[in-house]
Parts: sequence; structure tokens; C-alpha cells
Amino acid sequence: MGNKQTIFTDEQLDAYQDCTFFTRKEILRLHGRYHELAPHLVPMDYTNDPDCKLPLALIVNMPELKENPFRNRIVESFSEDGMGNLSFNEFVDMFSVLSETASRELKAIYAFKIYDFNVDNYLCKEDLEKTLNRLTKEELTPEEVELVCQKSIEEADLDGDNKLSFADFENMITRAPDFLSTFHIRI
Amino acid sequence: MSEGEMAALKEEVEEKKKVIATLRNQPWRMKKRLVVLKEAQEFVEKFEGALGKGKGRKLYAYKVMMTKILMGLPYGSIPRKTVPREEQETAMDYSVLFDFGGYCKYSFLFYGYYNNEPTIGVLKFRLPLSYLLVGVGIFGYSLMVVIRTMARNANEGGDGGEEGDFTFSWKMFTSWDYLIGNPETADNKYASITTSFKESIVDEQENQKDENIHLRRFLRVLANFLIVSCLGGSGYLIYFVVKRSQEFANMKKDNLSWFEKNEVEFVMSLLGLVCPPLFETIAELEDYHPRIALKWQLGRIFALFLGNLYTFLFALFDEVTAKLESEKVIKNSTEWVLNQYYSNYSSFYNTTDVPPPAVHPSDVIRGPCWETGVGIEFVKLIVSDIQVTYLTILIGDFVRAVIVRFLNYCWCWDLEAGFPSYGEFDISGNVLGLIFNQGMIWMGAFYAPGLVGLNVLRLLSSMYYQCWAVMCCNVPHERVFKASRSNNFYMGLLLLVLFLSLLPVVYTIMTLSPSFDCGPFSGQEKMYDVIMETIEKDLPAFIGNLFSYATNPGLILPAVLLMVLALYYLNAVSKAYQQANTDLKKKMQMARDEEKNRRNNKDSTNQVMKDLEDLLPNKSLIPPPTEEEPPPPDVVIEKGSKSPKMKPGAAAKGVNLQKDVSLAAPNPRAPVTRAPGPRKGPPGNARGPQPGPGRGRGRGGPPRH
Repeated sequence: MGNKQTIFTDEQLDAYQDCTFFTRKEILRLHGRYHELAPHLVPMDYTNDPDCKLPLALIVNMPELKENPFRNRIVESFSEDGMGNLSFNEFVDMFSVLSETASRELKAIYAFKIYDFNVDNYLCKEDLEKTLNRLTKEELTPEEVELVCQKSIEEADLDGDNKLSFADFENMITRAPDFLSTFHIRI
Repeated sequence: MSEGEMAALKEEVEEKKKVIATLRNQPWRMKKRLVVLKEAQEFVEKFEGALGKGKGRKLYAYKVMMTKILMGLPYGSIPRKTVPREEQETAMDYSVLFDFGGYCKYSFLFYGYYNNEPTIGVLKFRLPLSYLLVGVGIFGYSLMVVIRTMARNANEGGDGGEEGDFTFSWKMFTSWDYLIGNPETADNKYASITTSFKESIVDEQENQKDENIHLRRFLRVLANFLIVSCLGGSGYLIYFVVKRSQEFANMKKDNLSWFEKNEVEFVMSLLGLVCPPLFETIAELEDYHPRIALKWQLGRIFALFLGNLYTFLFALFDEVTAKLESEKVIKNSTEWVLNQYYSNYSSFYNTTDVPPPAVHPSDVIRGPCWETGVGIEFVKLIVSDIQVTYLTILIGDFVRAVIVRFLNYCWCWDLEAGFPSYGEFDISGNVLGLIFNQGMIWMGAFYAPGLVGLNVLRLLSSMYYQCWAVMCCNVPHERVFKASRSNNFYMGLLLLVLFLSLLPVVYTIMTLSPSFDCGPFSGQEKMYDVIMETIEKDLPAFIGNLFSYATNPGLILPAVLLMVLALYYLNAVSKAYQQANTDLKKKMQMARDEEKNRRNNKDSTNQVMKDLEDLLPNKSLIPPPTEEEPPPPDVVIEKGSKSPKMKPGAAAKGVNLQKDVSLAAPNPRAPVTRAPGPRKGPPGNARGPQPGPGRGRGRGGPPRH
């Protein structure tokens, strides 16, 4: 199939293929990208599963993420420790979920996690306010922000607790026509 | 192993396989997935051996390929601009090639070009039949494609106006495009998101405006009147110009200037340029909501183009009848000449075996071939349309941008911010233009097959040209236009245009007789006679019988009736579904409100309970026990002990009274001087919002009833 690569064993590549939406080639390419973020830290040989994590600051500077207002939250959501330190597994996982072929349900789950700034499994008003301010670079007046957040909660809140649970969020986002096309990063 | 165990084991193996297949979709950490995968694979391997594993891998490869292919198809349908044209063009291209291959020497395909290449007569081998079938088939195929796309869009709710459900939520969570990597694009996106939010906010607040209805109505009527008169005027102008062009056609070609030769197309393009902005200015009288105003505007432009096109067609039709008349004359004269030739020849050479006249093909008397004429007209129309579009872009966008950019340094007012500033990319206008271009192609393709190829070239070049123009000279819309959401609206227009362009072609096929010396149908009474001939001569007899039965009115009428009934039934069913939908929505809304109320009530009841608890005596303040003060905070007993002055007889009443009294006034012996302590959350609501401290409530609790 091509050159003999020594980064992963064949079993590892197959496992990655089964667990993500990527092909072998893409996974190797992802490893290349991961490696070039910190060439001294990331080993070229992953056959024995080295335990190497890259800090948030490095990952967030990738060109695919640099301009995204939610880049920090994205990386934090996929990190196991919640602080944004990604191992290669988590790195691949992140881009797999954000790839074009990932399912809507999966994307909805992670979108919910990303927008949940205070990590309490609910999108409360503060989360929405933070989201809005990031989106508009704080150009809206506080009254406008208040109105928008209020209206959003009104629209999507089904169980009346004045914040959005995952069920509320999912119900709203699966109908959005733009969701799949905007919640997509190509790497 | 017993059968049952085998079956159970097989089931388990299937389950494990399913787990492996859906592993990607699980929202787990990568480590967990890898672990689960390993377990499942080991299990499957143990019971299915190496064969199973290999199969799995192959399946995966197919899955990947299929996903790639399947993803390819939907992508093609998103850039709305290219699919209907390209899919349909390629179909026609194939057929054109199919006609071409082998019959190249017969330059019938150059039918529609300016330089009238010699056309050919009927071919033996099914060319006429295929031509007719392809011509009609184009419409059928296009119809199918358009309706399928519309159905698909309807599923995704692409009607443009109906996203009222989740406006703000969607804006909040789906407006940022995660693909953006360019800082400039990001800035643009921030700006457009902000604008979009502001627009929705204004929308929200605007729904409460109240204005003078009568003035508005009067202005709207006035605006409509003006616009209708504009439309009428443009229709008359086109008719006038086409009539003039017929006169010009009779004059010598060299005496005419370029302008006079192409007057019709020029006028039509000009109207297409001038009228839409005119409509927009008049429409400002109407003061509609921007979205509604846009729909009106598009409708009016549509009417304009339609009117123009049909006037053009009617004028053309006059021309065609005139040509048919002259053709009869020529036919007669040709026959007469031929008879003369034969009689002369036989009398001169005294034979009856007369060879055909040895005349060079280019000298033969030719009829005026009305189909070619029509084809030529269409081609001219489209070419002029192309020229006008390109010129408009060049001047209206590029030159304007250049002027604004460079003259800005030495001009009194800010050219970039005020007039004329940079051009906006007129999405709706361009899409309408494409739709009408397509309509003209559909109409003209039957008479000028080369037109299709020409248009494909035009679309390709125009795409790159406009792409460059947009990137280089245009600024984003001031009003954030959800054009992509109005997919079905444009598809509906396309469908309408398809029908309207089908009519003239079908009409001419059915009623007009083809020219006698050009085209694949020459010599026949009607064009569809080809089909009749083929059925009679080439297909087995029973198919001919079948067709004659099928075209029997006695069969067709019931079939039509059946279709009408089916339509009615489907309509009823769809209405029922819509009703069920609204009912469900209402139910959901009710459930939501109920939950809200319940929660609110829970809070307040909890509040009351809290207050009650607080009203209970503080145990530490209880003086050393006497019989009158039993420890249990039983309300009734307390009351009894608190009112030693009450007559024993009135104890019962006193009890009741005291119940209320003590709710209203706390134990005088232990006035509540401290504020209620920090409350723990109510038991069933561990993560819910903390009920606020109800400081004032301690004393004035609601009376129990």
C-alpha cells in the first residue's frame, strides 16, 4: 500500500481507523501535524503508546484553530484533565469529531460541551453570555446581550428550568440547517 | 455446545460487531474506545477466526469509499448555481454527442449558428426520432431533477421564511464557521454575526410598531400601479422593437447598423438592467419588512422577465408563420421548376428515365427554414445576454471599484462610504438571471442544439469571471441575506420557468409543420409523425396496437380521473400530517408551560415550607420545661398553651383562631430577630437554582386555607 512506516503498528492504525472517521493516511498525517507542534516532545515512534501530552497553548495556535473564538473551549473539552492538555489520542479524537463525516448526534454532544463554559452540564445564562460576547467581540450593548440570551433560553428550554440541558440543546441543534456545515474543521 | 448456546453466542458476536461498527459515533474518550475495540475484536476473533477479521477490514474499505462517493453527491447539490444546469447540460451533451457520432458530416447540429450552414434532410437511421425523443426527454429529465431537489430541500425546511422557531438559538450556536482560518475572513465573520444579531433584535422590537394604515395602503396601491404600468410599458416596447426587426429583416442587411440589427436583444437586456433598480426604488413607498419586500421584488422581476420573454415569443411566432407562408410559395415554385426540368429533359432527350437535376447543393433553391430562424434568434438573445452581463460586471463592479478606490484621494466626499461606494454582490438578481438563462436554453435547445454547448462554455467562464469580480470588487451585503435558506423558492421559480418554456416548444411540435427542406423532420406533416412512422414500421405489430389502444380517449380519460383522485387523496393526507404536526407542537408547548408552572409552584410551596419551619420555635430558647410547653412543635398544642386567657369552652374555636394568629405573629416569647439562616437546597432539587432568601416572608406568610 505504500511506504513502510514505523510510527504505528498496523494494528494500531486499524484500531484508529475503527475508532475515528479517519483513514490510515489521514492518521499518519495527523501524527505529522501533532509532531510538528513540538518536535522535541512528540516521539516519532508510537508503537509502544508513549504518554505524551501537549499543552493548550501549543494546540490553540494551529492555523485551523487560531481564528476560532472558542478554540480554548474546544481543546479543553477534548482533554481528559479538562485543562487542554491533549495526548495524541485526544488530538485525533478532536479532529475526528469535527470532521465532515462525523454524525450529527456526536457533534451535538461535543458542541454542548464546548459551549458549556462553567462545565456544569447545563448551558446557563452566563454560558450564553460568554458565547455571545465571543461571537460579537463584545460589540453588543449589555441590554442587547441580555435580550438575546433571554430569547435563546426561551426558544430552546423545554423543561422550564431557565437553562438548557443537553436534551434541550440537542432538540434545538438537530433542526438547525447550518449546524453540520459550520461545526466542521478540515485538517 | 447446544443449539441455544450457539444461537446466543452468534448473537453476541453480532452485537460485538455492531459495537465495532458504531464505535466512531460513541461520545467516549479515545482510550475507552480503543479498549472497547480491542475487547470486541478479540471476542469476535475468538469465535469467528481470521476470516471474520479480514472481512471486517474489507467492509471498512468499502464503507470508506462509499462514504466518499455518497458525500460527493450531496456536495454537488449545494452550489445551487451549477447543479440543474450541469446535470441537465451533461445529459444533453451526451445526447448531442450521441447524435454527433457517426453523423458528423451532416451538419444539422449547426442549425442554430449565424452563418447558415447547409442543413440536411431526413436521415435513414433514426436521427429524427432520437432528436425528437431527446428534445422531449430533456424536459422530462429536468422536471425530475428539479422536483427531486425541491423535495429534498423541503425536508430540510428550506423555505426561507420559516425559521421562526429557533432564530436566536441557531444564530448563537451555528453561526460561527469553524472552517475559518484567515484573520480577515474572521473579522468579516464577526462583523456579519454582529449585524445579524442586531437585525434580529430590531426584528423583535419592530413587531410592536403601529402606524397609519390608510396611508400605507394608499402608498402600496400606488406603488403597485406604477410597477404594473412599468411592466406594461416594457412589454409594449419589446413588441414594438420585434415588429421593427421584422421590417429590418426585409431590408438589405448592409444598410443596417449594428444597433439596428441587434435591437431586440439590446432592448431586452437593457430593460433587464434598468427595471429592477427602478422597482426597488418604487418599492420603498411600500415600507414592508425587508424579507417580504425582497420577495415582492423578486416576484416583480420575475414578472418582468416573463412578460418580456413571452412578448418576444409571440413576435417570433408571427415571424414563423410568415416564413411558413413564404415556404409554401417557394415549395410551389420549386415543384414547378422541377416539373419544367423533367418535361424539358424528357422532351429534349426523348427518354422517360430522367436523371435528377445536376445542381450543386449550394445552388438549390432553399426554403426559409423557420426552425433555424428561431434557433438563430435564441442564440442571438443569449449571446447578447452574455455580453451585457460581462459588460455590467466589468463596468458596474470593476471600473466602479477602481474609480472609488483611486478617486477617493482627491474627492470632496468619502466615495467609499457614501455614493457610489463599492458594489454589493446582488445574490437574488444573479440567481434570477441564471434561472431565466436556463429557461431560454430550454426553449431554444430544440431548435439550436449547439446552444447547449455554448451555454456550458458561458457558464464555466462566467463562474470564474464573477468569482474574481466578487473577490476583487465587491463588499458584503449590508443586510445579511439568508439567500441559501430560500432554496425552495428559487427551485419553485425554476420549475415554473421550466413549464413555461416547455409550452412553446410543445406547441410548435404539435401544431406547426416542419420546413420541407431542412431539419430532421422535413417532408412530414407534423414533427411527431416520426414516432408514428417508427411505431408502424420498425416495431412489432402488437406494440402498434398497444399504442393505438393507449391513445384511445376512452382509456386516457379514466387515467386522468384516477390521477386527479390520487392527487386529492395525497393532498388530504398531507393536510392531516400538517395538522398532527401542529397539534404535537402545541402539546410540547403546553408541556413546557406546565413544567414551568410546576417548578414555580414547587419553589413557592418550598418557600412556604421553609417559612413554616422558621416559624417553629427555636429549641434553645425554650425555658426549662413546664407542662405548658411540650417540646414537640405541634401547632395546635402551642396555640393552646399560648392563650391561657381563652375560655376553655372556646378552646376549639380558639385553636383555629390561634392557628392563624400564630402564623401571622410568631411566638412572642421568642421574637424572630435574626434573619433566617442559610438554607440548604430543597431535597429534590440538588442542582437547581437556590431559592433566594426570603427575608420578608417570615412574618407575612400567606394565610392557610
